[in-house]
Amino acid sequence: MSGWNTFVMALRAITRHKLRAFLTALGIVIGVGSVITMVHIGQSAKQSVRDQIASLGDNLLMVRPGAGRGPGGARSAASGFDVADAEAIAHQVQGVNVAPTTSTNALAVYGNVNWPTSVTGATNAYFEVRDHAVAEGRLFDESELKAAAPVCLLGPTVKGELFRDGDAVGASVRVGKLACTVIGVLESKQAMMGSDGDDLIVMPLRTVQRRLVGTNDVQMIYVSALEDGTTARVQEDIERLLRERRRIRPGADDDFSVRDMKEIADRVAGTTDVMTALLGAIAAVSLVVGGIGIMNIMLVSVTERTREIGIRMAIGARGREVLMQFLVESVVLSTLGGAIGIALGVGGSFLATEKLALPFVLVPDIVGVAFFFSAAVGVVFGFVPARKASRLDPIEALRHE
Amino acid sequence: MNAAVATARPASHSVAAPVAATAPALVRIEGLHKVYGAGDTFVHALRGVDLTLREGEFVAVMGSSGSGKSTFMNMLGALDRPTEGRYWFRGVDVGPLGRDERALLRRHYLSFVFQSFNLLPRTTALENVELPLIYRGVRKAARRKRAMEMLAMVGLADRADHTPAQLSGGQQQRVAIARALTADPALILADEPTGNLDSARSAEIMELLVRLQRERGLTIAMVTHEPEMAAYAGRVLWFEDGLVKRDGTPAEVLG
Repeated sequence: MSGWNTFVMALRAITRHKLRAFLTALGIVIGVGSVITMVHIGQSAKQSVRDQIASLGDNLLMVRPGAGRGPGGARSAASGFDVADAEAIAHQVQGVNVAPTTSTNALAVYGNVNWPTSVTGATNAYFEVRDHAVAEGRLFDESELKAAAPVCLLGPTVKGELFRDGDAVGASVRVGKLACTVIGVLESKQAMMGSDGDDLIVMPLRTVQRRLVGTNDVQMIYVSALEDGTTARVQEDIERLLRERRRIRPGADDDFSVRDMKEIADRVAGTTDVMTALLGAIAAVSLVVGGIGIMNIMLVSVTERTREIGIRMAIGARGREVLMQFLVESVVLSTLGGAIGIALGVGGSFLATEKLALPFVLVPDIVGVAFFFSAAVGVVFGFVPARKASRLDPIEALRHE
Repeated sequence: MNAAVATARPASHSVAAPVAATAPALVRIEGLHKVYGAGDTFVHALRGVDLTLREGEFVAVMGSSGSGKSTFMNMLGALDRPTEGRYWFRGVDVGPLGRDERALLRRHYLSFVFQSFNLLPRTTALENVELPLIYRGVRKAARRKRAMEMLAMVGLADRADHTPAQLSGGQQQRVAIARALTADPALILADEPTGNLDSARSAEIMELLVRLQRERGLTIAMVTHEPEMAAYAGRVLWFEDGLVKRDGTPAEVLG
């Protein structure tokens, strides 16, 4: 008998008992559905973390004074950086863009509206390194940077809070005790791990140092490697340079830290991967349970259809043809369940990511694997009942009530 | 047409056509034994059966229960293997054939009609009749055509899309006969085909079988308990204690 006929026969047998077929496949539907949902939500969460970190800027290193962690977890006190350190990095490390910054918190006031926000003092390099684009207005000019001019660019959140839909460029905003002129508004960036990347004001570095903070310290130096794949080399160069400049003896610990954002991103993504694998494994168990459900019903079905098997054998069906008939039936059932599970899983995870405001990522590999596995479950768990059917004695089977 | 044999029995029904003694042998059986079980459950069901069935014969197989006639039919239908003895089907030795080979023998040469009809449930008459052709690998269009012809022959062309549950017993048995005919078998094995039917329906089925034997030259072996049914056949085999005790025309065997 041809494969096509066997397939058609299996479909007939299944459509003869629709409700039972559905209940039989339900285990697989749930198993595959949960595997697909878990993996897709996991991958979407991972993608979300990746996107957020990528939105900080490409190949970004953050250089801060103070060791990452001192003994007992306390941050050890260390002298800050100054502009000279940033310039040294810019001149002595190859292929980098350097943006020294100092930040503080301040209250921004316009008319009768006020809004607490963070103020970052920076040079124009900051906008490149942090990948901030200007939506309207302009960046700082040389004289403003040198003269510590009271000018600022607003993040979209600050602009929205203070001006609503009104025009901000050219207006005068009071930041802390300083009245400053708005020269531009930044473009919106993605939210970063719960914090709003748009809630900030950027001023020239000197303006913040002298007029708001009152020191010449640089709190953080952002460095971006201009060429992909050179961040590790750049990180080493910066560490060597800073140890030299800060006169740290060989063997002593750094009193500053250079952190690679990508490394952090990878670590977070790695955690997500482990979670995904774990949830996927749990879901895979339900796939096995679904397979046992199929075996159970197929065994019942073989017993119930003993007489049919006898009739087929009397007509001239060979054992292998009876085996194939039941095997194909269980494979069709399980793959049908798999297909429904995939549809539900993809649909469900799409809705879930929508709800969680995550980017939806379709993982075709896992869809393929889930489909393959549901078919495999049909073969594995359908085999025992099918073999039982194929070994029946036609005379006994025909006598079966 | 059946005037020649009408004198043998009351002419209320037709009778199988006689077959010349020179007709070729379809089945030749020599010294057939079948033994089941061991110890307390030991049964010597057949104790050395010898016989020849000629092409085109309509044979009734009779005997009380436990006489070995069912076992004999299972051997004849290649559903079971003899413990001892030889069985040639059209000159082919069936004895040494394995399970699969016997399945193929049934597929191409043998058809069964059962007392309980044994149609596939929830399956239309047409699909039931098609079934043997599916196993023979006949293409769908040809299959449909052939199955419809067979249904027409048993007078059920208008019931092609009915399932067994929607058919009466007599109609179900006619579908079963149509199914047995589609594969154009060399031998039809009927196991009490009228056992579950009233006398009017029984007569219908017997007339149909006789017509097939007369018009199409079919060879039929039919188990029956009822002398009235056996009277339709051209030859009766009477089983007792695992042996054919009497073998002849219905008149000779049944008196």
